[in-house]
This record gives sequence, structure tokens and C-alpha cells, in this order.
Amino acid sequence: MKLLKCIIAPARLDEVKESLDALGIAGMTVGEIKGYGRQKGHAEVYRGSEYTVSFVPKIVIEVVVTDELCDRAVEAVVSAAQTGKIGDGKVFVLPVEDAVRIRTGESGDEAL
Amino acid sequence: MFCRFRWRLAALFVMVALWVLSGEVSAQEATVPPPAAHDGAEHFPIDYVWTLIAAFMVFFMQAGFAMVEAGFTRAKNAANILMKNLMDFSLGSLIFWAFGFALMFGPTLGGWIGTGGFFLSGYTDKSWTYVFLIFQTVFAATAATIVSGAMAERTKFIGYLCYTVVITGLIYPVFGSWAWGSLFAGQGWLEDLGFIDFAGSTVVHSVGGWAGLAGAIVLGPRIGKYDSEGRPRPILGHNLPLGALGVFILWFGWFGFNPGSSTAGTDYSIASIAVNTNLAAAAGAIGAMIVAWFKFKKPDVSMSLNGALAGLVAITAGCANVSPVSSVIIGLAAGMIVVFSVLSLEKWGLDDPVGAVSVHGVCGAWGTLAAGMFNSGGFSLAIVEVQLIGIGAAFVWTFGTAFIAFKIIDAVVGLRVSPEEESAGLDYTEHGGEAYPDFQLTNVH
Repeated sequence: MKLLKCIIAPARLDEVKESLDALGIAGMTVGEIKGYGRQKGHAEVYRGSEYTVSFVPKIVIEVVVTDELCDRAVEAVVSAAQTGKIGDGKVFVLPVEDAVRIRTGESGDEAL
Repeated sequence: MFCRFRWRLAALFVMVALWVLSGEVSAQEATVPPPAAHDGAEHFPIDYVWTLIAAFMVFFMQAGFAMVEAGFTRAKNAANILMKNLMDFSLGSLIFWAFGFALMFGPTLGGWIGTGGFFLSGYTDKSWTYVFLIFQTVFAATAATIVSGAMAERTKFIGYLCYTVVITGLIYPVFGSWAWGSLFAGQGWLEDLGFIDFAGSTVVHSVGGWAGLAGAIVLGPRIGKYDSEGRPRPILGHNLPLGALGVFILWFGWFGFNPGSSTAGTDYSIASIAVNTNLAAAAGAIGAMIVAWFKFKKPDVSMSLNGALAGLVAITAGCANVSPVSSVIIGLAAGMIVVFSVLSLEKWGLDDPVGAVSVHGVCGAWGTLAAGMFNSGGFSLAIVEVQLIGIGAAFVWTFGTAFIAFKIIDAVVGLRVSPEEESAGLDYTEHGGEAYPDFQLTNVH
């Protein structure tokens, strides 16, 4: 099992969610975060004084997938979230030891 | 030290006060006559006081509109909405004083347009003129600010400023002169036919509503409002408490809007007008709640709030010539109409973020018609026909000129922001800062 930690631009969330749903991925976790990479922040003005906003609003999607589905899931996220502009985000792939469904207690791939 | 002498100090104070007061009373033995007004009519001090207080209450409706519009739209655009509201009042006040008031209330050219009194020139009796000006200014500003709701979240600020000049300087005053010119120094062809619109269901609210319709059509829907199959998607307002606060403020201000239109504190009908206003608002809220409850299985808060406003808009035309029972019927119908109108317009492709076109345009027309239908002096088809003529004339004039104006503004300075600006939010892109800098503003649902 792999954990895909996807940091994307907020405007692309619907597309990424739909492309993951289309692969049969049953659920995901979403968070509203701030961050920056190559996309730097920007300057704003408040009552005549300039200040810098360093962190840009982003969305993080965490989804755990089976090993077989991993490559296709990454591809789905990348193609749905991509706009070609700096700030599109990143996908990190992490190994997962186990998953357990709390309601039934099943574990492994069946829990996903 | 003070404690020991406090009784003596108190007695001294009372004696001085009585001495001063007695001097005041004897100086006022002669009554002061009211200043002469240009229309030869006598306006008593109570007329001045009442009309001015009513004008101040209608001014406060600007806060109501600002809160409704901010509450029903997204947080990333809140500063922009507030700025548009601040500026349509500020710019509108100046334009109307300089220009619009003359076109609306100056000596008329054939009953079609006023021709004199720019910057209030030519009026020697400044006192009543000032009262009437400030009262009419806040009415003009009400019509102007209705439009910012229909055009919210995607309009270029500079384009909106240009439009404000056009509506307060031309569109609103010209139609106003047709219906209300003789309230001051003018005359209008529509009022000569007997058109009834006591406080402005058509003159103010439909004019604002149809101008908003033109703007929303020229702009097009917000990004994400319709899916690829053209089905509408909800774009949630960010703050229902603000929206509700705005509606309550508007309801309060309407007690100045309707009874104040008597411009006379000596006129006892201000009492029945106030009662009619409240009954219609309440019935409107209930009517909308009932319809929404049936259609959506739950009593919807934002629709009910819109319903109260719809009732208020609808009673505005007939508040002085219909009975309380009629007011309830008019308000109830308006509350039901507004729900169907909001849903229909949305389905037909019109993105109106706050329902301004439905509340003010559609219910303004209904209220104007109802003023004819429920006329307490007796029903007459002739009266209803005149109402229909007025409703039609308002639509043709307002929608026509506003549409042309928006097209021109779009061509010259641009009316709609770019897709990137719209997604990022107008607060930052148009005004360089956020309304809510301490909060994360992405709307994830």
C-alpha cells in the first residue's frame, strides 16, 4: 500500500477528486494548508504599508491506494491538477505498513 | 472638600440652571415661521424633522445592502463588495447632487426629463430643497447599490464605478422624473397618467433590479456556477449571520423608506404606511419559508431572508393606498414569487449571487401591479393598465440603457475580471488586501 500525499492548487480539487473517483478509489482526506515551493508569495498593501504574504493557500489530498493502483493514481492526480504554471504542486509517495477498517476490524488491502 | 459643600453646590447649580432656562424661554416667545419653499407649500418643522430622520434611516440601508451582499458571497470577495457599496453611495451622492437631481426634479421638457437645478442652482429657498435633496439622494443610492449584488464576485471595480455614474446620473433620474417629477419642480408623463408608486417599487427597486439583470447578462455567470451540462451549482455565501443582519437593517431602514415618502410629519398616514410595511415584510418572510419548506423539505434561512425583502419591495408602491389585509396578501405573494424567480432565473442561466433581480426587479414589478389591483379607493381596470404601462416603461428604459452602458463600459475599460483574478479573489486582485487576513479562505466542500 502506498500513501499519496498530493499538494495541489485549490482550484483543481474537484478535477482531482473526480479523477480519483473514476479509478475506483473509495475515499480520501483533504486539508486546507498553506505552503510554497518555487511559487513565491506576493506583496500586499495595508493602509499604505507593504507586507509580504509568503505562504500560498493549497489543498493537501491524502489517499492510500494498493500497490497495483499506485502508478495510475499518481498519473490521474498529476494530469487532473496540472495547469502548466508554477504552483501546480507536488505528489509524494510514501510506503504504508497496514490499514485497518475501524467498523469491521479488517486489515490489509480489504480495508481500503 | 466637595463632600462638605455638596448640598450648597447642588443648590447653586439648580439656581443657575433655572436662571439660564428662564432667559431661554423668554427669548422664544415669538414662533419662528418655516422658511419659504419654492413650491409655495408650507413645510412645517415636523416635516423637516421627519423627512430628515427617514432619510437617515434609508441611508443606513446602505449598511444593510453591504451586509446582505457580503454575507451571501464568498469571503475572498468581501472587501470588494464592501468597497463597491461604499463607492456607489459616495459617487452616487455627488453625481445625484450635481446632475441627477436636476434631471429628475428640475423643470421638465415635455414630461420626459428635467432641465434645471444642476448643483441645486436656481433654488432660492435652500432649506426644504436640502431636505428633499438628501431624501432623494438616499433613494437614488438605494437603486444603485442593488446592482452590485447581481454583479458580485466578477466585476471590475473601475467598470462598476463607471456604471454608478451612469445610473445615478442618467438612468435612475430620467425614469424618476416620469413618475415623481412633480414632487418638486418637475413633471412626468407617467405620473400624469395616474401611475401609483408611492415610495418606489418601480422607481427605485425595479430600476435597480433591471439594471442588475443587464449587468449580470453582460458579465455572464461566475466560474464554476454551471457544470459542463449547464446545471447550476450552488456557490455558498460565507456568512449567514452577516446576511441576516443586513436584512434586519434593511427592514428597519424601510420604516424610513415608506413612511418617509410622505415627506410630511403632519400626515397621519405615516402610521398606516408603517403598519402596511411591516405586515408585508413579515408575510414575505413566511411566504418564502413555506415555499422553500415544501420544495427543499427544510425551511431555508437565506430564502426566507430574501422573502422578507421581497415583501418589503412589493409593498413599497402601494403602502399608502392599500389596506393592511392587502399588505399581507401582497407580501405573502411576493415571498412566494421570489423563491420561484430565484430558482427559475438560475435555471435559465442567469447567475445572480444574492437574488437581487428576483427581489428587486420581479417583486418590484409585482408590487407596482398590486398597488393598482388592491387600490383601497376601489378596483379599476384603468388604474391597473397604467400600472402595467409604468412597469413596462421601466423595464424598457432601464434594461435598454443599462445594457448599452455595460456593453460600452466593457468595450472601453472592461467589465469582467480575468479568470485568474476571479479564482484568486477580488479582494487581493482589485484592492491589494484581504477582508479576512487571519483566516484560511479556500472553500472546500
